[in-house]
Amino acid sequence: MELALAIFPQVLMDGIVLGFMYALIALGYTMVYGVLEFINFAHSEIFMFGAFVGVEILLGLRARELLDPLNPFLVLLVIILLAMALSGALAVAIERVAYRPLRGAPRLVPLISAIGVSFFLQDAVRLFESLWRNAFYLVYPTVDVFNERIKIGETLDFSLKSFIIIIAALLMLVALQFVVNKTKVGKAIRAVAEDQATASLMGINVNRMISLTFLIGGAMGGAAGVLFGVQYSAINPFTGFIPGIKAFTAAVLGGIGNIPGAMVGGLVLGLLEAFSASYLSLLTGGAFGAEYKDIFAFSVLILILIFRPRGLLGEVVRERT
Amino acid sequence: MSRTFKISLTILLVAGLVLPVTPAWAQAPTKPPAKAPAAPAPAKAPAQAAVPAKGTIKIATQSPLSGGQAALGEGIKNGTQLAIEKLKGPIEKLGFKVELVPYDDQAKPDVGVSNAKNIIADKDILVVVGHLNSGVAIPSSEVYKEVTLAMVSPANTNPTVTDRNYLNVSRVCGRDDVQGAVGAEFANGLKMKSAFVIHDKTPYGQGVAEFFRDRANERRIQILGFEGTEEKANFDPIITPMAAKKPDIVYFGGIYDQAAVFFKQAREKGVKAKFLGPDGMDSSDLVKIGGKALVGMHYTTVAGPTSVYPQAKSFADEYKKKFRKDAEPFAAQAYDSAAIGMKAIEAAIKAAEGKMPTREAVAKAVRTVKHTGLTGTIEFDEKGDPKKAKYFVLEIVSDNPEKWNDNKLVRTLEINAPPLKK
Repeated sequence: MELALAIFPQVLMDGIVLGFMYALIALGYTMVYGVLEFINFAHSEIFMFGAFVGVEILLGLRARELLDPLNPFLVLLVIILLAMALSGALAVAIERVAYRPLRGAPRLVPLISAIGVSFFLQDAVRLFESLWRNAFYLVYPTVDVFNERIKIGETLDFSLKSFIIIIAALLMLVALQFVVNKTKVGKAIRAVAEDQATASLMGINVNRMISLTFLIGGAMGGAAGVLFGVQYSAINPFTGFIPGIKAFTAAVLGGIGNIPGAMVGGLVLGLLEAFSASYLSLLTGGAFGAEYKDIFAFSVLILILIFRPRGLLGEVVRERT
Repeated sequence: MSRTFKISLTILLVAGLVLPVTPAWAQAPTKPPAKAPAAPAPAKAPAQAAVPAKGTIKIATQSPLSGGQAALGEGIKNGTQLAIEKLKGPIEKLGFKVELVPYDDQAKPDVGVSNAKNIIADKDILVVVGHLNSGVAIPSSEVYKEVTLAMVSPANTNPTVTDRNYLNVSRVCGRDDVQGAVGAEFANGLKMKSAFVIHDKTPYGQGVAEFFRDRANERRIQILGFEGTEEKANFDPIITPMAAKKPDIVYFGGIYDQAAVFFKQAREKGVKAKFLGPDGMDSSDLVKIGGKALVGMHYTTVAGPTSVYPQAKSFADEYKKKFRKDAEPFAAQAYDSAAIGMKAIEAAIKAAEGKMPTREAVAKAVRTVKHTGLTGTIEFDEKGDPKKAKYFVLEIVSDNPEKWNDNKLVRTLEINAPPLKK
């Protein structure tokens, strides 16, 4: 029992880090759904793409012997910004090429297109990396500064990395909330999310707002990719798949289409997963190990869909006349 | 979109897929990259200049040529290729061409089985050198058994591979029931009082971890945990309770692509324990992925870097010259496996009075071969294990992948294969 208490702070920290990562990815799903009522299944690959942008820059810097001399925080900031820009651009491109032409089609058609884009991106990255580096299982170079332990009080110590990730994620979430709620552009996006036809009557360029939504969602996903790579080191073209599904679960959990809901859902899911993984074998005396943690994540999705389909913060969707 | 635009976009996409691969077609199949075929298919075999005489005999390899374990899988393919080039003389004199047919099993059992079905359908294939993963070898060998196609394994260590007592299955390496115990004895020798055991839930990883655990229990080493995971990235939830329990040593039963990330994250989270693993750790990619965290770590292996085999010096040089990188562990074993396969084929041709031998004849001949190769003298017992197998304990001395062959040899053991349990 005292072991359970001893590991509590670390598990909590792990859960928060994981939760913020899921939150950032979930934002992409939820924003696109809010505006288009469409689930962008390719978003998990945009997340993976961001991770690869980050690793390519870091490996390129290391090859030119620039990695050590430069300030690691600055480097991290730069690669997050670049990954956000490129992932956002990729998301916009995908929207133009794979979803916009299918605007009028039945709901299922863009969904299939999204799945197709997802597979395409996985293998496109795999092909590119095979030709460029002859390996597509890549590892983020270790930055020793990030692994320093920070002590809080007497018994708690966490790695600097966890703090950096939490702060970066928080900054992005706060910035997003600001943009969506306090700026004109944000108001336009919310208008398009509420009623496309009326918004266009009000003079809002609906297509541009949709592209902007994809840009923002993609940027968040790309940033999450870099943070994932920094935290867990090893990435490959297929790493997007499972976190993508879990982040989608988080978005649904919080209320799909609801931005604070995605943040809440991400945190809840991350904490749930971290706690179930670490405590499961302790609680069951070794009968069930950490490998069953995914059961919790997906059981939550099923339960939510059965008992509260609108999610924790979602509103009941009234039929539009 | 206009019609012309759609058509040009399609042409562009197809060109974009085909063009990058054309240089690969022009090169020999050994050159990187392995653009892994989506459906399992043989890569192009090297061209033979001679006019076929009585026929072609093919030796197939099955190992992971793409994915996280490709470093070791490519080593097996390359070792076999080198062996064929150097040792095919006697068979060619008897009138048969010898060709290599490599297959990518992607370290997945279903792909291995699917490839195996293609292999048995090709009548020219008389020997399979493979696999890397016991979990793939076991189901695939069931397919080979249907036609008694000989499989000589350079790397499969799980006891079940030969304990099934199939005539066509043999291996040149040791077994995990011995290897796991060797690991536990080594840990005991280091005066470790407590251990935390992790495995990757494959027959290989879980098997060797269990053998380690059983012997560790006998030696009164406290097993603080025994966890299995297929996770490749996020090990936080496992590391946190493990760190809190403060084991003296952590044993990972699995393969380097997963273990390296795990150990790296464990060190980053402040775990101070010693690290230990089985032959799945034996690859330069382990330090390529894991870096400094792994220096000082020990591992047991049935293969070992080429520096531990005195006869392997010229092999290492030739490998480096031909493939432009250092020989990976298990490449020398694949060389010996192919050599044994070719000796068996030669004997079977002679027994068939110069005609193409049957697969069963080759399989029987494999068991009678006594071969002195790069890794020592190999002679099979009645179930396909080498009568005496070598086990090594090595220490990682550098985080530079190019220095993998310089790992310090801490112990060498030569142990008889356990008899078949009735």
